[in-house]
Amino acid sequence: MTTAATETAKAPKTSRDWDMAAIAPFIALALLLILGYFANPNFVSVANILNVVTRSAFIAIIALGATYVISSGGLDLSVGSMVAFVASLMILFLNAAPIADPMMLLIAGMLLALLLGAACGLFNGLITTVGRIEPFIATLGTMGIYRGLTTWLSQGGAITLRDRELQALYRPVYFGDIFGVPVPIVAIFVTAALAAFVLYRTRYGRHVIAVGSNEDVARYSGISVRKVRTIAYVIQGLCVAVAVLLYVPRLGSTSATTGILWELQAITAVVVGGTALRGGVGRIWGTVCGAFILEIVGNIMLLSNFVSEYLIGAIQGAIIIIAMLVQRSLMRRS
Amino acid sequence: MTAAISHDSAPLLEAVGLSKTFGIVEVLRDIGLTVKAGEVHAIIGENGAGKSTLMKILAGNQPPTRGEMRMDGQPVTFSGPVDAENRGIVLVHQEILLAPDLTVAQNIYLGRELKKGLTVDDRAMNESAAKAIRDLGGDIDPNAIVSRLSIAQRQLVQIARVLLVPHRVVIFDEPTASLTPHETEALLKVIKDIRAKGVAVLYISHRLPEVKEIADRVTVLRDGRLVASHDASELEPADMARLMVGRDVAKLYPDRHAGVAREVVLEVEHLDVPGYAQDASFQLRKGEILGFAGLVGAGRTELMEGLVGLRPSRGTVRLNGKPISFQDVHASLKAGIAYLSEDRKGKGLLLTKDLRVNLTLASLGKFVNALQIDRKRESDALDEAIREFDIRTGRKDILAGQLSGGNQQKLLLAKMMMLDPSIVIIDEPTRGIDIGNKEQIYKFIAKLAEEGRSIIVVSSEMQELIGICDRILVMRSSRIVGEVTGDHMNENEIVVLATGVKTGEAA
Repeated sequence: MTTAATETAKAPKTSRDWDMAAIAPFIALALLLILGYFANPNFVSVANILNVVTRSAFIAIIALGATYVISSGGLDLSVGSMVAFVASLMILFLNAAPIADPMMLLIAGMLLALLLGAACGLFNGLITTVGRIEPFIATLGTMGIYRGLTTWLSQGGAITLRDRELQALYRPVYFGDIFGVPVPIVAIFVTAALAAFVLYRTRYGRHVIAVGSNEDVARYSGISVRKVRTIAYVIQGLCVAVAVLLYVPRLGSTSATTGILWELQAITAVVVGGTALRGGVGRIWGTVCGAFILEIVGNIMLLSNFVSEYLIGAIQGAIIIIAMLVQRSLMRRS
Repeated sequence: MTAAISHDSAPLLEAVGLSKTFGIVEVLRDIGLTVKAGEVHAIIGENGAGKSTLMKILAGNQPPTRGEMRMDGQPVTFSGPVDAENRGIVLVHQEILLAPDLTVAQNIYLGRELKKGLTVDDRAMNESAAKAIRDLGGDIDPNAIVSRLSIAQRQLVQIARVLLVPHRVVIFDEPTASLTPHETEALLKVIKDIRAKGVAVLYISHRLPEVKEIADRVTVLRDGRLVASHDASELEPADMARLMVGRDVAKLYPDRHAGVAREVVLEVEHLDVPGYAQDASFQLRKGEILGFAGLVGAGRTELMEGLVGLRPSRGTVRLNGKPISFQDVHASLKAGIAYLSEDRKGKGLLLTKDLRVNLTLASLGKFVNALQIDRKRESDALDEAIREFDIRTGRKDILAGQLSGGNQQKLLLAKMMMLDPSIVIIDEPTRGIDIGNKEQIYKFIAKLAEEGRSIIVVSSEMQELIGICDRILVMRSSRIVGEVTGDHMNENEIVVLATGVKTGEAA
């Protein structure tokens, strides 16, 4: 009854108070760069920075998709397996498709990868929305399915792009550069700019945030919660496919262990970036920043001799927990 | 008898000059209060008058900003609700706070389980839980799972749980809010029994007839101040209402000028909402305000949700003569029917988002230019809504959750009116809203009807339905059981239909 009175009585806080959560990842990134400099002055060389950012491309792009899924109130654990599955099918197609012109073959292969990624995402989305299965369980299941199918396709070995000419043609997509900027870095920023536009500027983006913030309010406002969530998973699938497009020219080969634990890294990047794991807040540039942070931590571990690089998984696991603790304490304060 | 004895005795609990401020807002100012053993002291007041804050202070949930409390004449301060409980002051919460998946006995003993060695002693707990319930005049199996109990039974379990603590003062915070008249009667008897045992009872309610029935003393709060404190015998419910509101209650409702057109805009025939509403048939005319009365759980909200596609439903619905059915709210909004949920905070507004986002959420399509949302036009729309609906906010970038209940309701109304619906269904339009905002909401509703829109108001407050509606349909146990119009629009007729019991029969 007195809620009316108590509400107005609290210190006047506004949407601006969330700013701290928004800039925290960038502060962390800056601190890491300084720390890196002291660990090894070579760390801040242009070459090393470009190298680190390039290597973060896979996780950054996948995490951009995860930002949609998570801010709409979902979760996708299958992204690592999906990378392996989509990449394997793409290589098998490139090896077997009866298309004579290598360029045409490559374009067809890339379109196929995008289509497969979208289809895998759609499958995840439909299981959770139409099938009404908790996203955690649904994507835990498809994680096993995509991984298992990859193992079966490769018969436990590796799937390798065989055609030399095709390899040479495809190579610049990862190793090339545009005006001196490596292609993967361009890919990160183009994807992020697109993701930011859709999330912050379009009706669909507003609906994603509304659904993640309060499903009932969205439903009562005439928003199709199912459609919004399903599309978020499709966007995630497309982002996985874009990562695959960069991954295949880099190694030219997949195996049952491709993309293992990438879901941990992608979700960590999202959370470190300030997106709320319970949905309703999505931070695109924070996610990109989160992916950089993960890669830089790994790089510092490699360049310095403080910690064994074999501990990288453990460190990343610790980072996601610390990020959650920081997020919560920031929220309590506001 | 006990009442007679206690009147001579010293007050058991006494509050002197209690004030409470949150930030710069004064919620309570200089409240003095005494309650004696074997006495029921009712605290009444409008929503937002400060009743709950006062109770929270007395039960140790919040410290007062100024003033002191005394027990048996000795000053006391409570470090928390547990401290107050140790001194014998217990609070029966308005909401049911029980674990739905546990049994009655497990709930009653939750956190203070009886043990036998290392294990819990279920038999002993079941036995004494059964006894505690019997003592309250109830008959509930201590092994029953709480989620299967009725609201009244759950309330009894909650009271049994509270009374398990040795107590001298029991505070009831609006205990009858969701009870039927029959259940209310049973609860009042429980409270009379507690009083007869020499316990002091503080009773918060705004249902005046029951206050008249049970209270020995009545204190009226308005806007955080104590405006009157009398023996209950000196006050009639009408006096209490006047003191609570601070003016003539009749002025609250707007005059209606425009008559209702003959033209029927919405026809509902034999609509079933499985599990909630059966065979509902009614018509809504252009410019009409149609009320839906009934007890909590009668199926009014669910009927409306079925109508607009929020729940599966079967039956015939005709809009302007054309048969329609809605799969979801998107479809019903498109057809020009807007539903404003009773659950403003849970289903109406995104509390953690700002006003602009909330205002345009249902009508975003209108603000899109070449894929992009035009934020400038959104802001302009917000400015206009703030003016038109008199949304009181210091800053425009605050979050919806920071608005007061009344302003939230105005924002929700503005949000739905962005779609320019021809039919507006408002569920509990003034729940949790202070008197000033109430008056404004009624004016808005009347204005919408005058503009030629048709309005359905679902409400548990019979006075408000009588005050603003042209016609009232009454629901009982999932069915529309009757209609009251014209001179028959009074509380008695509605209660008779809503409960199926003729209250006046005995007389």
